[in-house]
Amino acid sequence: MKSSSIRLGVDIGGTFTDVVLEKHGKSFSTKVLTTYTAPENAIIDGMHQVCAKAGIAPGEIEQIIHGTTLATNALIERRGAKTAMITTQGFRDVIEMRTESRFEQYDLNLNLPEPLLPRQMRFTVPGRVNAKGEILVDLDRTEVEAVVYKIAQAGFESVAVGLIHSYLNPTHEELVRDVLEEKLPDVSVSISSEVSPQMREYERFNTVVANAYIKPLMASYLGRLEDRLREKGVTCRIFLMHSGGGIISIQNAADFPVRLVESGPAGGAVFAANVAARYGLDKVLSFDMGGTTAKICLIKNQTPKTARVFEVARTYRFKKGSGMPISIPVIDMVEIGAGGGSLAHVDAMRQIRVGPESAGSEPGPACYGRGGERPGVTDADLVLGKLDPESFAGGSIKLHPDNAQEALANHIGRTLDMEASEAAFGVAEVVDENMANAARVHAVENGEDLSEYTMIAFGGAAPLHAGRLCEKLGVERLLVPPGAGVGSAIGFLRAPFSFEANRSVYMKLSDFDGRKIKSLLSVLKTEATSFVRTCDEISPILSEFKVYMRYSGQGWEIPIDLTEEQAMNPDAATFEARFEEDYTKLFGRPVEGMDIEITVWSVNATTPPEKVAGVNAIDGEAAAKAAGQRPLFDAAMAQYLDADIVNRFDMSSGERATGPVAIVEDETTIIVPASRDAIRQPDGCIDVVMKG
Amino acid sequence: MAQKPSNVAYQVMWNRLISVVEEQAQALVRTAFSTSVREAGDLSAGVYDTQGNMLAQAVTGTPGHVNAMADAVAHFIRRIGRQNILEGDVYITNDPWEATGHLHDITMVTPSFHKGVLVGFFACTAHIVDIGGRGFGADAQSVYEEGLYIPIMKFADRGEVDKTLVRIIRGNVREPDQLIGDIYALATCNEIGHRRLVDMMGEFDLDHLDGIAEFILDNSRRATIERIAALPQQTAEGEMTMDGFEKPITLMVKVSVEGDKIVSDFTGSSGVDKKGINCPLVYAKAYACYALKVAIAPEIPNNAASLAPFEITAPENTIVNALHPAPVALRHIVGHFVPDAVYDAFDKIVPGLVPAEGAGCLCNFQVSLRPRTDAPAPADAHRSEVLTFNSGGSGARPEHDGLNATAFPSGVMTMPIEATEHAGPVIIWRKELRPDSGGAGKTRGGLGQYMEVGAQEGHEFDIQAMFDRGAHPARGRRGGQNGAHTTIMRSDGAAMHVKGKQFVPHGERVIMAFPGGAGYGEPSERPMELVKRDLARGYISAETAAKVYGLSASEIAGVEAAIAKGDPS
Repeated sequence: MKSSSIRLGVDIGGTFTDVVLEKHGKSFSTKVLTTYTAPENAIIDGMHQVCAKAGIAPGEIEQIIHGTTLATNALIERRGAKTAMITTQGFRDVIEMRTESRFEQYDLNLNLPEPLLPRQMRFTVPGRVNAKGEILVDLDRTEVEAVVYKIAQAGFESVAVGLIHSYLNPTHEELVRDVLEEKLPDVSVSISSEVSPQMREYERFNTVVANAYIKPLMASYLGRLEDRLREKGVTCRIFLMHSGGGIISIQNAADFPVRLVESGPAGGAVFAANVAARYGLDKVLSFDMGGTTAKICLIKNQTPKTARVFEVARTYRFKKGSGMPISIPVIDMVEIGAGGGSLAHVDAMRQIRVGPESAGSEPGPACYGRGGERPGVTDADLVLGKLDPESFAGGSIKLHPDNAQEALANHIGRTLDMEASEAAFGVAEVVDENMANAARVHAVENGEDLSEYTMIAFGGAAPLHAGRLCEKLGVERLLVPPGAGVGSAIGFLRAPFSFEANRSVYMKLSDFDGRKIKSLLSVLKTEATSFVRTCDEISPILSEFKVYMRYSGQGWEIPIDLTEEQAMNPDAATFEARFEEDYTKLFGRPVEGMDIEITVWSVNATTPPEKVAGVNAIDGEAAAKAAGQRPLFDAAMAQYLDADIVNRFDMSSGERATGPVAIVEDETTIIVPASRDAIRQPDGCIDVVMKG
Repeated sequence: MAQKPSNVAYQVMWNRLISVVEEQAQALVRTAFSTSVREAGDLSAGVYDTQGNMLAQAVTGTPGHVNAMADAVAHFIRRIGRQNILEGDVYITNDPWEATGHLHDITMVTPSFHKGVLVGFFACTAHIVDIGGRGFGADAQSVYEEGLYIPIMKFADRGEVDKTLVRIIRGNVREPDQLIGDIYALATCNEIGHRRLVDMMGEFDLDHLDGIAEFILDNSRRATIERIAALPQQTAEGEMTMDGFEKPITLMVKVSVEGDKIVSDFTGSSGVDKKGINCPLVYAKAYACYALKVAIAPEIPNNAASLAPFEITAPENTIVNALHPAPVALRHIVGHFVPDAVYDAFDKIVPGLVPAEGAGCLCNFQVSLRPRTDAPAPADAHRSEVLTFNSGGSGARPEHDGLNATAFPSGVMTMPIEATEHAGPVIIWRKELRPDSGGAGKTRGGLGQYMEVGAQEGHEFDIQAMFDRGAHPARGRRGGQNGAHTTIMRSDGAAMHVKGKQFVPHGERVIMAFPGGAGYGEPSERPMELVKRDLARGYISAETAAKVYGLSASEIAGVEAAIAKGDPS
């Protein structure tokens, strides 16, 4: 589908803006510092750099795909517009009362995150819809006008409208929107039945509020970006990566900016999915580890697993429930507070704890020699021989092993009666165990057995830890693709145009109504397809159907994929069989005698995945040439071993390096444990496989 | 024989065991039918050594299972008999006294065998939908009326499920498919734990858990005792009074810090109640222990050694040590107040650490809807049972306001009202914060909430109220004021009670106001900007701002002007 042959991918991250230009299959990339006050400046700068490298003018670029953390950051840093909310009388505090529970049971001084909008910015109107979508109490236009008048007086820039059961019947929300648009044409309006038509008022209201809150900011940014690019001679269309792993138009992005949250990590998952496709791998675990967090995602059949709800801006040790829920289609990722900068300490039980507190880049871990005294994961990695002090980050940061040893001895070794090296081993084992546990739990929650999986690792710290993680998880194969440092931006260029539309409508299989289902799914299909059509006028558009089902009485739905045939000619027996099949896979056995219900319906419209040239993986024979040797601690053997050092870019296709070995490059080092060997594949991937 | 694992290996194994039990618990949350499990996290999962010592327990929504679970496996070992513990077995009970406090909790235990040798046990507990009897409520005279009792016995013997038992269970409960589904879910959850344990033992080349058990228990014991030893070695008394059913219930407790242990003695507390709100000791113990542990050793994981130093005693046949056959179905109501009583004493030993009193027990109610009987009902009117979980405000902390409409000590979640309205022909007309309900103070008590509930056209209903603090609001600490008390009335003005099953005719609603938490410290010491913020947000009224906190008329006008301009606070 991608007819364009010169394409630009841009990922604005917290620290760096990554820019990748692909020209007829060749790729040129750069990293520039993110310019917070005017993020478009970094893009222009980066674009000029890669255009120069490729020898083209910006006008020759045929497509730009952009992803950004700006939306996420605006939510985390509370830098949104002056926003009001209009909700149903009696429910003013839904976004503040949350789930009425404490996400951490064992903290007497726990504080819950403040809602995005304080109470005085939340207004109510009468009118009430019931759980069947029928109007119980009418909403009178004059009542709406009274509230709109107050909003006008207060000078709000953006308004979120979230009414009870609006996902079933949006007429009241639409009335409020119409009055707002009529009376306050300059105010931005978001209504929950459009932004997130899903049952569960807390999630839906929070999502529409988040959308309204960042809408003026994102619309203004996207407008400026487009203007600046045009000024520089760019003529092509600009698209945005969304959290679900696809691409939408700049206009849709401006209307639904909440869908841009987590677009960067989504790009990373798409990048991994593309590598999976090259190798024909159907079960992949992507592992991305940077300075402060690690992210893990399951990729089945070359498609990242998606979810309907996720949490943004967690305020408390990355703990579930400490952020705000956003119910939009999203690539399902587990995020753990574990990165190179994560700090270690010993707790009251003499247990080593790592993270989520991070040393950041200033002062950084002790080994940076910038005044950091507490040991971080990077200190442990250095002492264990995983890093070369002289060539960290391409030699730009000189590491100080003495400082690392001292920090580990002072903060870990002394309490636990361990040498610095054993303390380092402990720190590395604990952080690896934390990540392995998160991966195991995520797999179990999805009914998957990781021993059948291949890991794909990217991000600065991932290749240092991925080998050990594979040992812990029983994963036999690990791929480290090239370009891992700008993986998300590359991922943007591999993503299809896509849009997922969904709706909460309850139906029990005992009241199965095939006509209603067909009509609902057709509406969703049309809606989703029309979004995709605005991006791509010619490609075929595929529809992926999914319903969320559970036994009546359960609170947890499981997603069931349906074929187009099953969706468009629905019958109860097929739905039941599909549900029982997936339920059994997840939970071991079906439950006899229970009615089954469907709660959410979703259609994802997408252009077909890009054709991928398969890689014929080769079983390396020739030995890779070592550039040197150093002692490298092997966690499984619990001792230092003499390991070769191999330069990644000296390895030719088909060469094999025998573990233990450190394969070094500017951005990172791939640690191959003694249990494994590494083969350089024709596409540049390092393929880490079990020995023998 | 494998060599002794290193300290680093033990560190990893302890982490792993905690992860295993969390995973076990998550599996249950996803498969259980019971609302209180899936929404409220009313479940537990743990791993034990061969002696029945709990090594790790999942942190779930309820502290109520903490000690009960720790003790349960020892009862199973004793009742089943070591010689009868065989590979493939699964055990079951709902004994309130040997498991977790009422018949509505099913506990299942699975012995874990590795290379043919018993290496440990997994146990899990879930609150189930129905166990027969009178149904979930306080109306029984004795435990015999509260439902089917399953003594500790084998559910599966060497892999063979006891079909007779299954038939008896099925024949005695209202939702047999759901209950049997939950029982299998519990068994599966232990199985998941067992498989992960065996994987771990393989990875670390272990034949038994003795080494890791000793590592976990020694470190936990030492850490817990260090905390206790650092406290003032004193004794103090506390008490609190709650509404009860017909007459108020007083909890009395003497907390003594005694070197390597803290003893909480409930002598002097009220006797057993006629209604089913009595606590078996295990349950009161769990909440007393939780209250102390969260205050002085919150990060030490729950296990046999970290719990042992918290000793709880109570005379037999008191409300916190009800003996068989006292009715115990709603033991949570008393249990949820135990921390307030313990804190009343502990605050005298360690001032400035624990919160003021809060709403205490959850503000739960169940509505039983049916077609109206006073006039012809529409054809689609039907019967339905809907249970909701709601919270009042928590008590103000020394340095922080109490939490608005947030459960403490329980950790349950509420349900979305949109989901509740799908569960039956009920309408929740209102669910929002209750201004002026948080007790005033230097730090303010958390706000309670308003709720208003009615039925869809054509239905009438009974409401089973399980509230408290109607006559006994949360008491302020160190000059802080009391929280607002619970109120409940019918929309036609008819009076209603905070507890018990009450009829609501067609067309009427129940109007409820749930209690606020109490304040901490003198209101006059509250920073003015926080008073203004509370006023701007409508947490307090202008009247309270003026009368209690001394805000001047012009300051109040200033706040109101800021609201009209849409200024944030």
